[in-house]
Amino acid sequence: MEFKDYYQVMGVARDATEAQIKQAYRKLARKYHPDVSKEPNAEARFKEVGEAYEVLRSPEKRAAYDRLGSGPRPGEEFRPPPDFGSGFEFSGAGQGAEGADYSDFFESLFGRARAGANRYAGERHFDTGRGEDHHAKVMLDLDAALTGGSRSFTLRVPEIDADGRLSMRERVLNVQVPKGILPGQTIRLAGQGSRPPDGAGQKATPGDLYIEVEFQPHPLYRAEGRDLYLDLPVAPWEAALGATVKTPTPGGAVDLKIPAGSHAGTKLRLRGRGIPASPPGELYVVLQIALPPASDEKSKAAYRALAEALPFNPRTSLGV
Amino acid sequence: MPLSDEAYLTGEILDEGSALSVQDLERMFALEQRRIVEWVEEGVISVLEIDAAEWRFSGAQLRRARIALRLERDLGVNAAGVALALELLEELEQLRRDRRLGRP
Repeated sequence: MEFKDYYQVMGVARDATEAQIKQAYRKLARKYHPDVSKEPNAEARFKEVGEAYEVLRSPEKRAAYDRLGSGPRPGEEFRPPPDFGSGFEFSGAGQGAEGADYSDFFESLFGRARAGANRYAGERHFDTGRGEDHHAKVMLDLDAALTGGSRSFTLRVPEIDADGRLSMRERVLNVQVPKGILPGQTIRLAGQGSRPPDGAGQKATPGDLYIEVEFQPHPLYRAEGRDLYLDLPVAPWEAALGATVKTPTPGGAVDLKIPAGSHAGTKLRLRGRGIPASPPGELYVVLQIALPPASDEKSKAAYRALAEALPFNPRTSLGV
Repeated sequence: MPLSDEAYLTGEILDEGSALSVQDLERMFALEQRRIVEWVEEGVISVLEIDAAEWRFSGAQLRRARIALRLERDLGVNAAGVALALELLEELEQLRRDRRLGRP
């Protein structure tokens, strides 16, 4: 198991005060918050920081953690000492952000987080006898939105066993994805939330499961709402003189007319060839000028002839 | 048993065409009604028709609501701060889009 240096994660000294730790946490949380951040691995970093803060903010957990020292020697496996945490009283682990998703290291020390069935505020309890609603976020491939189809998602569901301990169960969900779903949209799966509470009666129904959909990056297309963007490389003469070239679209390759006098960044719209929502999105083809390599004498000669025939300073707008 | 792992489930997309009630949002996010009213007042989420006898929300507001809950919970931002953050995020997104398309 990998030892986690929570002080290093938070970028604070081992003798940092509570105020310094809180300040460091707020700063890092803003920097890596997945809803705000464009940093690579923002989500993983945000979790790591949340876990570090969970330990360092609590005097008991921090003191117990400090007794571990600064971890095993390099190359050595970390094992929690058998007497870890003896003499400390921890208040429930699961009060931090995101509930139950901590590292193995954290869980080996502080145990599993306590369940929070509804990940959100949970400030209100309904006495309707209906089970709680659940929320999950899935990364969908673009093809599912383009054609619809069945997909399997693995969700981690916190469950409380007979002894009242929390464990994570993997739940495989097979979903018929509706064609035309867009990033940021929600799919409601009726009755797939929590079971109704015990003794709620025969008429009680389970809660719903809400799935928040985001798209995985696609090798060709970039989705923005219902529209798709494709970077299409063209040769300089195709852009300058105009040409008809093949371009991929989600429905298969088509012939695309490049108007004469196009340049890098020229945007051509293929109406209705975006995501087939209602109304369907557009496909925007953004031209990129690709230069043929001057790799042999013949191509070099062609470039020289072009330079001679065509006095051209691409930097006039820069004043040089 | 509702927690079946086998069958293929067909869901319902909540999109611009959906009209969710205040009670729907209360349930979904386990929130008190006053929080939803506060969000509307501060501009975190918007109502389809503000003068309607009963407020209705399009599915597009769910994403804003989720971001609001996460920002409030993780960063200690209040509703007014969330509304500001959402506006700035939208502006940033628009700028990124313009830059990719080479617009001035």
